[in-house]
Order: sequence, then structure tokens, then C-alpha cells
Amino acid sequence: MPQSSQPPSHGLTRNRVAGLALVAIAVGIIWESSKLPLGSLGNPGAGFVPLVIAVALAVFALLTAFLDKGTPAWRSIAWAEAPRAAGILAAGAFAALAMERLGYRITIFASAAFLLLVLERKPPLPALSAALLLSAGTYYLFATLLRVPLPLGRWGV
Amino acid sequence: MVETLHNLALGFSVALQPSVLAYAVLGCMVGTIVGMLPGLGPLAGISLLLPATFGLTPTTAIVLLAGIYYGAMYGGSTTSILMRIPGEAASVMTCIDGYAMTQKGRAGAALAIAAFSSFAAGSVSLVALTLVAPPLAGIALKFGPPEYFGLLTMGLIVLAYMSGGSMPKTLSMAALGLFLGTIGIDQMSGFLRFQYGIIELGDGIGVVPVAVGLLGLSEVLLVAGSGAPAGIKAPRLGELLPSRAEARQAIGPTARGTVLGFLIGLIPGSAHIIASFVSYGLERRLSNKPEEFGRGAVAGVAGPEAANNAAACGAFVPMLALGVPSGPITAVMIAALLVHGVAPGPLMISEQPALFWGFIASMYVGNVVLLALNLPMVGLLVQMLRIPYPYLYTGIIVFCVLGVYAVNQSVVEVWIMVASGLAGYLLRKLDFEVAPVVLGLVLAPMLEMSLRQSLAMSGGSYWILYDHAIARSLLIGALVLLALGLRPFLMRRADWRTHLEQDGL
Repeated sequence: MPQSSQPPSHGLTRNRVAGLALVAIAVGIIWESSKLPLGSLGNPGAGFVPLVIAVALAVFALLTAFLDKGTPAWRSIAWAEAPRAAGILAAGAFAALAMERLGYRITIFASAAFLLLVLERKPPLPALSAALLLSAGTYYLFATLLRVPLPLGRWGV
Repeated sequence: MVETLHNLALGFSVALQPSVLAYAVLGCMVGTIVGMLPGLGPLAGISLLLPATFGLTPTTAIVLLAGIYYGAMYGGSTTSILMRIPGEAASVMTCIDGYAMTQKGRAGAALAIAAFSSFAAGSVSLVALTLVAPPLAGIALKFGPPEYFGLLTMGLIVLAYMSGGSMPKTLSMAALGLFLGTIGIDQMSGFLRFQYGIIELGDGIGVVPVAVGLLGLSEVLLVAGSGAPAGIKAPRLGELLPSRAEARQAIGPTARGTVLGFLIGLIPGSAHIIASFVSYGLERRLSNKPEEFGRGAVAGVAGPEAANNAAACGAFVPMLALGVPSGPITAVMIAALLVHGVAPGPLMISEQPALFWGFIASMYVGNVVLLALNLPMVGLLVQMLRIPYPYLYTGIIVFCVLGVYAVNQSVVEVWIMVASGLAGYLLRKLDFEVAPVVLGLVLAPMLEMSLRQSLAMSGGSYWILYDHAIARSLLIGALVLLALGLRPFLMRRADWRTHLEQDGL
């Protein structure tokens, strides 16, 4: 979803923020790579290639940050959908956390119900029906028909 | 030639078996739906349905996934033309003139032109694929680690050069992907890298959770809260025929789009997306009436549609002949074949002829199936888009979680998907392209291994990359492209990317 139609800015721009964040990641990788055997130029060790990649990342990130052609300001990014996005991510995180404990069907039902009832404020009957259909339907399709192993959880559901 | 025809006959004997044919039809239909739904492109669709192929034979699995791929290419154009919603990225260009034709009451003609251009391009490209892949595989048998290193480096640079965005940004994303690809056990020394006690990371980060998170989940996060799509009026069957003048106008762009798309498809990168952009630009430049572009020009539909379908076909050449993914989609398909114990590459043609030629033949069949099934079913298919978006995206999230978990039955993969979704969301807010991350992730092990094997072969001398003619040519080509791509950026001059941006493309 490109948003570069905004007027260019010369202060704290999107490219500058992104470039500097990537430089920080590159520095972290360099730090961690240095803990691995680097070997020599002719006989590289396990840390050599990650180190080279991190240096390349840092160079391209610096180019992005400091040879910025005047991209829109960092503050011009609209975050209107962010609360909803956070809710969706929370549902995904819940699924990861609960799937092997509660079982696939209960977890998916709870996640889908949360998205439709709490996040989207849909009427209870269609929302719960859709959640039930999604959890039971996908389980039947994948676990029963296609024999993909899905977790049953502590209660075997 | 006779041998090729003989092999193709073997392929058709496999592809026309009822079970294989059924999966080809199923793949085309699922792909069409995947392509129509905003937020689910071919990559996300293939990734999500990958676990469903585990119970199939290798042939039916690859036939199903290929059907989804080119079905999605086709399906994306339907919503682009009728609703100005590109179901997948390659259909963005079709939106411009396709939707303008719909507003002029020529929706049926636009759909038919898109379908026939796609069909023609797909068919011609398949003939090219049939003829090019086997000899290329023969050449690839002579490739050693230096040549593979040159090829993969060239692929990454070409991707960055051809992408519409800033070259340093694309390269930084590719570097990020390459780093992710180094996580896990080092295949040459056995050292565990960046594992931090998480046992599942020992095998590395999987392509599927990263691809689904970066491309599928991030799309849902970005469009969450947006309203329902605008109302649509699907054309009747009788309205699907273009006029004679429109058909004539479509021939040239279709032919040019086919050649251009197939050639671009051979180059690693998001070929089908690039091909449709380049084709649109070419048609507008060649047109006697460039002012018609954006107002319903037939060439603006025929060219990009032919190009993206031809590129989808061309992308199979490096995958089948060299075992090298030409993009994230073919990377996931390679992963699918590996799950079934089949390694794509030069030896696949000689060791698995029924699989290779059956796959090629199934694409011929799929092309016909798409044309025969989808045009009459346009009205039915677009009804799916009436599902309220909250219900639709909830379903997509469920499929994301299910698809990612089922690959290795690991919740760590679901966590990786959630983290990738968040990263993709933030990166796309900052105008980064995320597909190079996936490509970098796929290419990293091959790139590292080919470099280190080259050095082992030469006793630690980097001159081996210069001494081998193919590797040298590829690396020099990569350096030239890198310099050309970075020059306007460093000199702060406008280049073709800036012009594309200024033109609103």
C-alpha cells in the first residue's frame, strides 16, 4: 500500500526512520555474527556470510536513510487501521499460544469469535455461527478428509 | 523435436488421467477464487493450500499448485475489470483500462479480451517452455558452484533493478531475507546460528510462515477496517464478445505481451508483476493514441494480461530446468516438491519424466479449463465478493494459521507468521516491497553454499568466480546493473522509476 503521494519532507522522513531502524538491525546482526567462528576470507566460517549480509544491509539502509529523495514525513503516516490490526495480531498470537493446549477447534472458534464479535461488533448469532463453521469446517476438511494432523489439546477436542 | 513430442504425449497420458485432470480443474477454480479475493494473491493461496497437498502424489500436488498459480493470474483480472480491485498485484495495470471499459459499458468485452489474451499468451508460452526447459536443463548439468553463485547474485540484482521502488530499499529487503535464510544449522560446519535455544529454529526459518505473514497477513492488517467493496454488475453471457475492432486492437499487444512476459519470466524476481508494468508502458509508448490509455484502451488490458500470464509460465523454466526458484511462488512450489521427495532441477527431466511432462501437459489442459469454465462463470464468481469483509478476513486468518501450522505441526511457525505479519505491515506502511525478503530467504542457503563450495574448490581463491566464464559474465552483468540502478539514486537524478511514480503507476 504505497503512500508516497504525500508531499515530500526534509525532516524526519519515512525513509530516514526506516533506514536507521534497518541500520540498528544490521548492527545487531554484526554483533551476533561476531560470536560465531568467522574463519578466513579463503575459508569462511559459520559467521562469515551473515556478517557480509549484515554489512550489505547496513550500506543499503544508510543509502535509504541519507540519500533520501524527499519522501513524506514520518508523521504523515495514517494509523487509522492500527487498533484493528493490533486486534488481528492478538488473535493470531492467541492461536499460536493456545492451539496445542486447547486444541485446534476450540482455539480457532475462540479466535474467530473474538474477531467477529469483539473487534468487528457483528451480531452474535451470525458471528458465532461463522466461527463454528470455520473451526469445525476447516477441521473436517483438513484433519478428516485430507489427513493433516491438527492438535486436539488437553481435552482431546 | 520428435523426442519432445514423444515426451509430451507421455505427459498428456498422465495429465488426462481422471484424478490428475480433476486436480487441474480444482486448482484452476481455487486459483481463480484466490486471485479474485483481495489480500490473497497466488503466493498466499499456494502457501495456504500447501499442507492440503501432503496426502497427494507428487504429480497431483504440483498440478494442483500450478493450477492455483495460473488460475490466480486469471482471477485477479476479473475484479480488476469489474470493480477496480486488483485481486493480486499483477492485475494492477489491468485495473486502469479494464475498469474504464466497464464504465463505458464494455465490461464483457474487457473480460473476454483479458481471457483470450491470457489464453493465447499461456498457450504460446507453454510451447516455449516445452522447447526451452529440456535443453536448458542439459546446460545446467554443467553448472558448478561458481555458476550458481553468479546466477543467484544476478537474480537478486535483477530483481532490485526491475522493481518499481527504490533500489537500495529493495536490496535492503533482499539482504534482510538473506539474513533470515542463514538462521539455523550451518550446513558446512554444523554450527547453530541465531537459534537462541529454540529447537525449531535449528532447521531454519520456513518459507511458508514468512511468505504468509509478510504477504497475506500484512495485507489483511492494512485493509482491516476498510469498507465493503463497491457494488458490481457482472455482464451477461451474451455481452462477453468483443467487437471486431476491439479484437483487432488486442492482437498486437497480446503478441508483444507474450514475448515480453515470457522473457521477463525467465529472470528471477516478481516476474509477472514486472511484466505487466513493462507491457503497459510499452503499449502506451507504441500507441498512436496514447491519450486513450487510462480511458479504456483495449491494448491496456490485452498487453498486461498476456504479459503476466506468459511471465507466470516463463517463471517455471528456471525452476524446472535449474532447480532455482524464479520468485517466491516457485520457491514455495519447490518446497512442495521437496516435501514429496522430488528435487526439481536438471535431473528431474531424466529421472522423473512422467512427473515433468505430466506437469507441462497439465498446464496446457489447465489453460483450456480456465477459458472454458471461467468466462461463463463470471457472474457466479463475483458473488463471492459480496461476503462482508470482516467474515472474509476472519476466514483468511484462520487459513493462515491452519496452513502455517500444518506444514511442520509447529506453533513456532505460527509465531513466525504473526511476527512476519507485523513486520510486513510496518514495512509496507514505510513503502517497502516485502517480496524480496521471501526471495532472499529462499536463495540464502543456495547462495552461501555455492560461495563456500566455490572457495573450497579453489583452495580459498576468489578468482574462481572470474576464471569460470559463465560465472564471470553473470557477475559482471550483476555489477553493471547494480551501478546502473544506483547511479540515478546517488546522482539524485530522475530515472524510469521516478517517471512511473509521476505517471501514477
